[in-house]
Amino acid sequence: MNLWGAIAVMAAVTYLLRAVPLVALRKRITNPWLLDFLHYVPFAVLTAMTIPAIIFATDSPVSGLVALGVAVIVAVRRGSLLLVALFAAAAVLVTEALINLI
Amino acid sequence: MTTPNPAAAALRDSIPIALGYFTVSLAFGLYCARMGVPPVLAGLISFTNLSSSGQFAGITIIGAQGSYLELAIGVALVNLRYVLMAISLGQRLGPQVGTGRRLLLAAGITDEIYALGMGRRQVGFGDYAASMVLPIIGWTSGTIVGAAAGEVLPARLVSAFGVLLYAMFVAIVVPAAAGSWQVLAVVLGAAGLSSLLAGINRLEVGWRIIIVTIVVAAAAATWLPQHRPRPETAEVAH
Repeated sequence: MNLWGAIAVMAAVTYLLRAVPLVALRKRITNPWLLDFLHYVPFAVLTAMTIPAIIFATDSPVSGLVALGVAVIVAVRRGSLLLVALFAAAAVLVTEALINLI
Repeated sequence: MTTPNPAAAALRDSIPIALGYFTVSLAFGLYCARMGVPPVLAGLISFTNLSSSGQFAGITIIGAQGSYLELAIGVALVNLRYVLMAISLGQRLGPQVGTGRRLLLAAGITDEIYALGMGRRQVGFGDYAASMVLPIIGWTSGTIVGAAAGEVLPARLVSAFGVLLYAMFVAIVVPAAAGSWQVLAVVLGAAGLSSLLAGINRLEVGWRIIIVTIVVAAAAATWLPQHRPRPETAEVAH
């Protein structure tokens, strides 16, 4: 494979997956089952991407779990996106510093 | 309270995504350098794909001297979830957003930018486009820096940045789950099924996410129907 050709294939495949459904499906969907399905999709996708991946995103599964717990608590208290992200990152730093101390 | 400008708010909310993208794409840049891809081409891959798992899959197939067909199928499978996201985003946008604008927004359907959009009450062209700018810059520049400079951040900081993206997902899902027991059931079901399937070594991450999403969302639509018009449908109507 030529590198330029490979880059073009990757770009085209990825873009078409996004653009074709976005452009082709314009009408309002009225089927209640499909509406419910699409309503639930983002929550299922985001959860599947987060769990269990967050546990392996840091140097130690412990700090990943702590970050998940801290993020849930801050989010339940309606913290903003930025606040939740910063608290979770800080939780990782603190937890890993503690692990290194022990 | 004054109503904030939705595009400005979207731009601000996209800052953690841009930061997270920058750090994740450093890793992709490093990976490209190992595969012998020059920094500028690595940046071009990131700019035209904007998809972490798809790019990792693609560059792995390129490095393994695979065929164009293998590359196309591999990238398509890993990125198949974007089809679901594009359908769902299209419904939120409504019929008044035309083809040209949709072609532009399509470039910005990523897990995180899409998630940010779904977290807003209403999604329009201006705010979605605004939320794309910083993440695209972060993703592309991080790739180039990673490919060119190698290790630029202390390991401890990279580890902490690793949770930024996931923390954002939590920030979007948790308030919705706290307000609706149906959504909570979907979240718990998806977490359980995803953890279960993660134990199967040969199942690609992309497939796992697709399977979990379709199974759990279909089950919830069947057994936990809400049968009322979506709030965004009602809002667009007036």
